[in-house]
Amino acid sequence: MTVTVEWYLALSAVLFAVGVGGVLLRRNALIIFMSVELMLNSANIALVAFSHYLNNIDGQLFVFFVMAVAAAEVAVGLAIIITIFKHKGSVDIDKVNLLKW
Amino acid sequence: MEATLFIITALTALVSSLLVVTGKKPINSILFLIVTFFCVAVFYLMLGAQFIAAMQIIVYAGAIMVLFLFVVMLLNMREEQIWEKLTSSRKVIAFVVALGVLSVVVTAVTVTLSTPNPADSQYELGTVEAIAEGLFSCWLLPFEMASVLLLTAIIGVVMMVKRKEQEETVTEEPKS
Repeated sequence: MTVTVEWYLALSAVLFAVGVGGVLLRRNALIIFMSVELMLNSANIALVAFSHYLNNIDGQLFVFFVMAVAAAEVAVGLAIIITIFKHKGSVDIDKVNLLKW
Repeated sequence: MEATLFIITALTALVSSLLVVTGKKPINSILFLIVTFFCVAVFYLMLGAQFIAAMQIIVYAGAIMVLFLFVVMLLNMREEQIWEKLTSSRKVIAFVVALGVLSVVVTAVTVTLSTPNPADSQYELGTVEAIAEGLFSCWLLPFEMASVLLLTAIIGVVMMVKRKEQEETVTEEPKS
């Protein structure tokens, strides 16, 4: 039994669904952020799987850039979460409705 | 051999990712997210992407998760009561949307992958040499732009954290 690209894509899809569920179910901004990281990683698995499947290096280079953007995103996002915690004393996203009409 | 390794790693990744999403304390979620990232690194190795696997461990499991740990340490959050606060309609909507996304992706995969494998995959694809060749030839401009992006992120974070201090100095200035 050999591991085909479909296995990796199925795993990627399931991990993405878990991440979507986490974003929608949790109210803690930090956990929502971690679920977003999970979704980014599942997309990376799909990119590397296709890179292997097509025997083309470009997919892996794209994963490299996704990692760079994710690092920048995490730094800015966590700074925002800390600022919100300083203002509100909580990271519950139901209590953060500053930009809501 | 490869299949058993895949199944074991996939199950570990799935269980730990579910624990990330359902964990009560943020610190537990962070530790299980590190486990998930290590499993993803194993998948990269199985797919012949050695450089990306090393980057996954260094950047994700190392740098990014240390940032998360520092935030949890700084915020000192109490245990949240998330499941009680959620209304049942919200839970239903969340599960329906997550299952919908899963079904869309699975259908897309099954429809797309009816074509046969176009090329024989080789395991020497993701070496540092191959990555560098691509990165410093046709992907040079995105590579440089990534450095600008990271610089912008650093400056943005410093400004965001410094703003309050600046306001205080502005209000203090008229007094002196």
